[in-house]
Amino acid sequence: MDTFLQQLINGIVLGSIYSLVALGYTLVYGIMGLINFAHGDIVMVGAMVTLTVTRLLANSGLPGPLILGIGVLTAIPACMAVGYLVERIAYRPLRNAPRLAPLITAIGVSILLQNLAMMLWGREYLSFPQILPAQTMAVGGASISTIQLVIVASSCIMMAGLSWLIRKTRLGNAMRATAQNPEVATLMGVNVNTIISITFVLGSALAATAGMMVSAYYGIAHYDMGFILGLKAFTAAVLGGIGNIEGAMLGGLLLGVIESMGAGYLGTLTGGIMGSNYQDVFAFFVLILVLVFRPSGLLGERVGERP
Amino acid sequence: MKKALKRGLYAVLLALLPFATGMAFGKTWVRILDFALLYVMLALGLNIVVGFAGLLDLGYVAFFAVGAYCYALLASPHFGLHLPFWLILPIGAFAAGIFGMLLGAPTLRLRGDYLAIVTLGFGEIIRIFLNNLDTPYNITGGPQGIDMIDPIRLGSFSLNQPTSHTVYSYYFLFLFFALATAFVSMRLQHSRIGRAWAAIREDEIAAEAMGINTRNVKLLAFAMGASFGGLSGGLFAGFEGFVSPESFTLMESIMILSMVVLGGMGHIRGVIFGAVLLSILPEALRYVGPIEQSLFGKIVVDPSSLRMLLFGLALILVMLLRPAGLWPSPARKRELLAHGETAKHENTNIYDAGR
Repeated sequence: MDTFLQQLINGIVLGSIYSLVALGYTLVYGIMGLINFAHGDIVMVGAMVTLTVTRLLANSGLPGPLILGIGVLTAIPACMAVGYLVERIAYRPLRNAPRLAPLITAIGVSILLQNLAMMLWGREYLSFPQILPAQTMAVGGASISTIQLVIVASSCIMMAGLSWLIRKTRLGNAMRATAQNPEVATLMGVNVNTIISITFVLGSALAATAGMMVSAYYGIAHYDMGFILGLKAFTAAVLGGIGNIEGAMLGGLLLGVIESMGAGYLGTLTGGIMGSNYQDVFAFFVLILVLVFRPSGLLGERVGERP
Repeated sequence: MKKALKRGLYAVLLALLPFATGMAFGKTWVRILDFALLYVMLALGLNIVVGFAGLLDLGYVAFFAVGAYCYALLASPHFGLHLPFWLILPIGAFAAGIFGMLLGAPTLRLRGDYLAIVTLGFGEIIRIFLNNLDTPYNITGGPQGIDMIDPIRLGSFSLNQPTSHTVYSYYFLFLFFALATAFVSMRLQHSRIGRAWAAIREDEIAAEAMGINTRNVKLLAFAMGASFGGLSGGLFAGFEGFVSPESFTLMESIMILSMVVLGGMGHIRGVIFGAVLLSILPEALRYVGPIEQSLFGKIVVDPSSLRMLLFGLALILVMLLRPAGLWPSPARKRELLAHGETAKHENTNIYDAGR
């Protein structure tokens, strides 16, 4: 029972990070139909910037949460700028190009960002300063640390905010219109280029927050951390139904829980043949299984064969 | 007559290329040429799936891995088996083809990017299994991989002897297989199956209405593409003498896909060009270190990251300047032009509500 609860908690924490990153994929995909392969690397930039700022302020005597706050508030604009530039330079000129062309530029941007980061921050694993109190709470035989609570709470707030933005505001309305049909949206007075830029910037802000969470949670940051994380988050977005906001949230949480359950139980289930090193196999296997029965993800709409 | 002369000229050029390269730049570059030929085979195989049939595959390297591990298991001291290569290569290609069908079968209903993520997951699954199948029974050798793989032998002649000529003899072997895959691809493209692939790529419903069995045709595309990958995997294992999961990462799949798209999807010459270019470019960029040294007198930025940075930049620039690839097929070029014009036309006609 303890293992179960503990793995559930770990899974939810991991899942809420995945959700935040998956939202970035799904926002961009919903509006442009593009897999933004560089999104994971924007998370990395967020993690790196937060880490740098935190390191600078670690001995300043300010309280830990405040330092982390300053760190993430620096990372958000930095990532927004990167996201804006990436869209402007690598994707906008290819708006009407064959579908796979922007995929290749996205890969190029990903390689570019990783190597720029390697130049700036070096190729070593950087450790995150211990600024938050390392206390844990016991909940029914399992323990929750402060940082875990912070992660879950702040990602809930961000997701609620995003939902509100998309559903209730004028901007959200314009975004949904652009997603449905960019040409008609233009006719209705929506500036599609601005909306796409805003979408990228929003996704990047979420990515920056996720970057802060990952590096603070695991205590390290590395120039190629974004790749695997991006991959997982993309999987989560597809699992929930790509292009669907609630789907990304659900998919992220589900993937996180599946992964940590896999890590916790795979060994016992298979009699020790498959250990926790198979947790990724387990995650992808669940994804394939879900897609076999629901080809457009859990919450994805069953779109007709033709767009 | 003129055509025969041209072909003869190409043959002489291709035959002399490794020796000229070897003399001008040294053996390392002949080795790079060998790898370029392997990539040509891989890119042509992926081109069948992505370029001909229009199915986005992000886990292609898995089939390369299947072929390579087939060779490694059947011709190394690992299990004490030493089968000849002409027997293993077909086995590897066949096994990869089976894996292609395995991947294809559950994903037939998926479209576009959903297919991409499943193929990606499939590639990762294969790699993780290769990485971990050393316990409880040692099958794949785990992260250490399998070494001391037999070199490829033609009869009693080993391609590894004398050692100093290895890269040259493999060049000709790989050239033979690369030309063979190019030939097969070309014949496939204009065959009944090739046209069926083009039809489902352009419009699956219309293709089905025309009486094409989309399920079988798609499965065939996966299997054919995969068996090309398996074949080059076997050659790779024999050439390297060593396989490990590290050679079969997602990045490798992405590289092969970049070769196909950057060269010109669906156009065989373009794909070959893309494969050669992208396998040589990262190696050529290794010279940025020495250049930096001579320009500034010291190393200013880490040459290896500068090298990959320039590579990423090159990918972006090429796609921005030539969205259809460096060398697209004439038909596709026409289509793109026509599409651009109709799109412009449609934009001006705002009263056309029927669209």
